[in-house]
Amino acid sequence: MAMTPQKLAELLQSRFGDLVSAPTEFRGEVTVRIADAERMPEVGAYAKKLGCDFLLDITSVDNYGEDPRWTIVYELYGLDHRCHLRLKVDVSEEKSELPTVSTVWRTANWHEREIYDLMGLRFRGHPDLRRIIMWDGYPHHPLRKDFPLGGKPTDVPEVAFTKAAPLEGGPFVTAPGGKDSVEREPRAKEFGG
Amino acid sequence: MRTATEIGYNTKVEGDVIVTRVDAALNWCRKNSLWPMPMGLACCAIELMAAGASRYDISRFGAEVMRFSPRQADVMIVSGTVTYKMATAVKRIYDQMAEPKYVIAMGACASTGGMYRSYAVLQGVDHVLPVDVYVAGCPPRPEALLDALIKLQNKLAREPVLSTLKKVAA
Repeated sequence: MAMTPQKLAELLQSRFGDLVSAPTEFRGEVTVRIADAERMPEVGAYAKKLGCDFLLDITSVDNYGEDPRWTIVYELYGLDHRCHLRLKVDVSEEKSELPTVSTVWRTANWHEREIYDLMGLRFRGHPDLRRIIMWDGYPHHPLRKDFPLGGKPTDVPEVAFTKAAPLEGGPFVTAPGGKDSVEREPRAKEFGG
Repeated sequence: MRTATEIGYNTKVEGDVIVTRVDAALNWCRKNSLWPMPMGLACCAIELMAAGASRYDISRFGAEVMRFSPRQADVMIVSGTVTYKMATAVKRIYDQMAEPKYVIAMGACASTGGMYRSYAVLQGVDHVLPVDVYVAGCPPRPEALLDALIKLQNKLAREPVLSTLKKVAA
């Protein structure tokens, strides 16, 4: 009997009850929300036992202005049953911390380092939580929504310096779906707008 | 101080002897044997490799000897996006090159930061190195790089023998 993502989600729900939400589907992709980030390694271990042995990606979303501010998204895949599953967890800004899943999937090591580097979320129990893209000593977390695209001036002597890039009025973004190219012409997009 | 002496001679008059100035002869030797140090960081490096391959032969200009050691190279061709993380390494390698040394900033990213106006990309390698020739393009065609090499050769031909030490544009 073949495994489908819906069935995977239902098996997770039957094991964890209220912790796992009802699955939502969009274009064949099934997403499940996990209510409590602290139990994420437990859910991950069970998902791995169900055959999701391949963690494709961990990414994070900055819901700037909303509470909880952070949403962490886990993309799971099973090499045997070939089903994708997405797990979403919310973390509030005051906490900004959640347990690592690198004990379940070793690849989570670098994904979580990237999230720590660019968003500032800490992972408890991570074997080596340090910056992976920016350099050690860089003071900011660049992919947060309140960080400007051009960057801020910093200086770590002997390692690297940064300057604010001249943006000339902001990132120029196209308006997709405009009926002709004049409407779609990239215009300065106000930050925060 | 610029010199405009060209090496030239009339075979009928002089036969097998060339009479010229020392700096003209030295500059002729230097410009026709510019050994590049390919600082190939991103996509422009592919076009640099294409320029070194057989169709757009950079060997015609004496520059096919791509020395990856800065100690043995004359011109550093910065081809590709220079991130802030890499900028100090590029500067350190430039410092290790022996005088006389030149820099070609190849492509939009090396010249001005290119399409990446962001927190991670150095907005032009001339923030850390003195650049002699900028090549526009994303990536520039190999012929554009060869044109830049020719411009660098012309600049070299006009240098006085005792060249002054370069200063970085701050």
